[in-house]
Amino acid sequence: MRWFAQLRMRIQMLFMRGKADSRLDDELRFHLDRQIAENVAAGMSAEEARYAALRAFGNPALLREQTRATWSWTWLELLLRDVRFGVRTLRRTPGFAIVAILVMALGIGANVALFTVVRSVLLKPLPFAEPERLVALYEQSADGQFPFNVIAPGVFAEWKKQNRSFSDLALIGDAEFSLSGAGGQLPEKMHGATCTWNLLSTLGVQPALGRNFTAADDRHAANATVLMSWGLWKRRFGGNPAILNQTIHLDGQAYTVIGILPAWFAYPDAATQLWTPVYHYEPAEYMEHIDNHQFDVIGRLKPGITAAQAVADLSVITRRLHDQHLDNSFVSKAANIRPLLEDMVGDIRRPLYILLAATGCVLLIACLNVANLLVARAAARRKELAIRTALGGGRLRLLRERLMESLLLSAAGGALGLLLAYGAVRWLVSTRQGMSRVEAIAIDGAVAAFTVALIVLCALFAGFISSLSAKGNQLLLSLQDSARGSSTGRAHTALRKSLLAAEVGLTVVLLISAGLLLKSYQRLRSSDLGCATENVLTMRLGLPGARYKTPGPAPVNFFETLLGRVRALPGVEAAGIVEAVPGQGYWQDEGFSVVEHPPLPQGKSQYAIFRWADPGYFAAMGIPLLRGQTFDPSRKLDQANQAIINAAFAKQYFPNEDALGKHLKNEKEDHEIVGIVGDTRYSLAKEPKPIQYYPLYAGKENSGVLVFRSSRNVEQLALPVQRIIQEMDHDLPVSDVLTMDQLLGKSTQDESFNATLLVAFAALSLLLAAAGLFGVLSYIVAQRTGEIGIRIALGAQRQQVLRQVLFDGLRPALFGLGFGLAASVGAARLIRSMLYGTQALDPAVFAAVSVTLLLVAALACLLPAWRGSQLDPVQALRME
Amino acid sequence: MGKPNDLVQGTLDLLILKTVSLADMHGWAIAKRIQQVSGEVLQVQQGSLYPALHRLEQQGWIKAKWAESETGRQAKFYSLTAAGHAQLDKETANWNRLSAAIGLVMDEA
Repeated sequence: MRWFAQLRMRIQMLFMRGKADSRLDDELRFHLDRQIAENVAAGMSAEEARYAALRAFGNPALLREQTRATWSWTWLELLLRDVRFGVRTLRRTPGFAIVAILVMALGIGANVALFTVVRSVLLKPLPFAEPERLVALYEQSADGQFPFNVIAPGVFAEWKKQNRSFSDLALIGDAEFSLSGAGGQLPEKMHGATCTWNLLSTLGVQPALGRNFTAADDRHAANATVLMSWGLWKRRFGGNPAILNQTIHLDGQAYTVIGILPAWFAYPDAATQLWTPVYHYEPAEYMEHIDNHQFDVIGRLKPGITAAQAVADLSVITRRLHDQHLDNSFVSKAANIRPLLEDMVGDIRRPLYILLAATGCVLLIACLNVANLLVARAAARRKELAIRTALGGGRLRLLRERLMESLLLSAAGGALGLLLAYGAVRWLVSTRQGMSRVEAIAIDGAVAAFTVALIVLCALFAGFISSLSAKGNQLLLSLQDSARGSSTGRAHTALRKSLLAAEVGLTVVLLISAGLLLKSYQRLRSSDLGCATENVLTMRLGLPGARYKTPGPAPVNFFETLLGRVRALPGVEAAGIVEAVPGQGYWQDEGFSVVEHPPLPQGKSQYAIFRWADPGYFAAMGIPLLRGQTFDPSRKLDQANQAIINAAFAKQYFPNEDALGKHLKNEKEDHEIVGIVGDTRYSLAKEPKPIQYYPLYAGKENSGVLVFRSSRNVEQLALPVQRIIQEMDHDLPVSDVLTMDQLLGKSTQDESFNATLLVAFAALSLLLAAAGLFGVLSYIVAQRTGEIGIRIALGAQRQQVLRQVLFDGLRPALFGLGFGLAASVGAARLIRSMLYGTQALDPAVFAAVSVTLLLVAALACLLPAWRGSQLDPVQALRME
Repeated sequence: MGKPNDLVQGTLDLLILKTVSLADMHGWAIAKRIQQVSGEVLQVQQGSLYPALHRLEQQGWIKAKWAESETGRQAKFYSLTAAGHAQLDKETANWNRLSAAIGLVMDEA
């Protein structure tokens, strides 16, 4: 029963502590009174008896303390007392507390947000069964240009048949579907995937509703089936399970909905809404190509098989294929492999880690600033602390108070920071929909634990740094110091100055990194695309293959009529159609040979970016026609056997001859080169490459981008043009309606995002560092009021005082600048791979940052210095 | 009276348990009684007595209740719990063993 007695005791001590306190007083007083009574009985006078009893009793306060120390929950009581004391001290200086809490909140908030992203995107395993066995597979192109080339369907078929390393291999391709409108809904263009029937089983995923594909669905002769994303099902079909086994129309073809995927499922990416079997979707002969690299392949390694073994296995199979087709130089010689997670997030790893490092710097600066503020407070309270030490306040006790104070600050800051982080993560998810695994980003238990750890770390860091300044052995010194009106010792400000220097140094590193990224981004945005970008509008449309068969006249007629009507629209200056506009990406390339040149040696090949374009495209896009002419608009279908090349193509493949009139052989047909146009970039960051253009009116392509130009406000024309398209075919959705400016902005979104965030962090730390400088210097001037007063009274020039104080403040800034510049050299190397057209050690950025920093530091120091120089000596001396 | 003999660490607990086991007693009476019974040799200081009483109470060896004292005032009376009885027996046995052992060593000389 002892545990019961103990428990009762504990509960009593926890909830009736006040009563226990007064009871203890009663008990001790009773003892004292009995002693007095005994003394009186022994013959002492009342007065004498009392004194004797008290003498025997000792220090009653101490006795009470010692007795109380045996009670349970004493630690809690002490903690609460520390908290109360800390809160009271902080409330006495609300300005300081608010500033410190905000600084901590920004630092912790930014870190928690970035950590959430890094953890969710980079560190969390993929949400599939045994994700460590999942890999992405590639071909290594025979010419070594593309070590991670996408895969030809025929190669995949051989891999699947012959490999001994994988329990499953699945193929995934891109597809754009237009979902027909039904029940008053508009047709909609959406992103989908074609895949082999075993994609889900390879990943280890089951549909949330309905069934998975079977091998029987994945044949060209099978009925059309489709799986739907949870989001699409909820949005477009009201989450009604009756949609299962119903028919929807994609590109005008009937598909049976056989299942709905779980809400969390996002593979290959979050934009994919529909999945359909690839062997049904693509023509059978298309799936036999071994040189048409179009697909992604994922595999599940058999247990115990390493990636190296698997890639060797596949390379043998690939090599065999290559050797059987020596006449085809586009067949690869080897395979390549990487873990699926790395494959999905590899591109954003470095930028995310760099941003995380930047937020780490911001937090460090925030901590240094708070430590600095705490040191300032400690210095102002030196007298109080010295007196308490003299009266027997333990040094540990004082340290504990200091830590409690900084713990309170960082806990409040951390709570606020968590809110900030929540908002920041929401914002990030909504602005960066295209980022890999964006759907996985969420604040969870691990993030909460990280926040708590961060809070404790910040508290310890700031608390201990500021405690360094509280040296107990200087007790006498500080009592003397504060008693006299002289200036405090120099040693005391040394710590604060080194903190400031560290702060300035970190700020410089952040500023330079941000400056480099910003400059790189500006370079990127101002790089010459080679075409008009002002007042150009683009929109993507795809004609359903069922009604617009290729090759055939239907798409040609449609495109020709459309262009005629758009060009007739008032305000439209020029219009054209192309597969992909400059800046929209690589899209595709094709092999070719020049008929007039000797045949290439076996195993050698030539290929260049390939585009279908209508005759008016070059004029519409503002791409100059350098020589020759554009396609003849009257030549259609089989007659359209012309080609146009760009200047880079002419330079590379016709270095010393006239390209005009020569013929390009592509597949089996010859095309006469009729024109040479200016170079354009397929991506802003990439130098122009050779491009071959072929006439859209050959009727072999039924999708493309409509571009048109106007002299003003081209966006106003979007609706009229869409109306024309609707009138021509009411079941034809239009997507990606973007001006060239928006399109380029979208394509450089990552760079702009990284640069913007880093600039924001750098600006924040500059502000913090400036505030730190200002605070320290103001404090130093206030401390030295007496000294400055005496100097001025003795005839020191005010300018001299100004200069001295200014120099005092600028010295740590200069130290910090030097240290920061040195550290920046290392940091710049780390981000070099993210820079475009900018040197890692760009002198302009380094110089601009140095000047900015010095200016801001001088401004921050100027006000305190000026105030010091304007001191009235009489006032200053009277203050003593 | 010279400097009071320091009680061997832990012995005070034993003395308190033993004293309280005879009758319910308040702090002053406990100190008085130990002093008397030991022939004025053992002086229990308040500075040790009350922390020890409270510690024993927290540990559940003794319990306390407020009752009227012999002078008519309310006082805190301590008494042994069942667990305290067991503990006293154990400690007593321990003490006997220890003092007998020390006695043997001293007699040898």
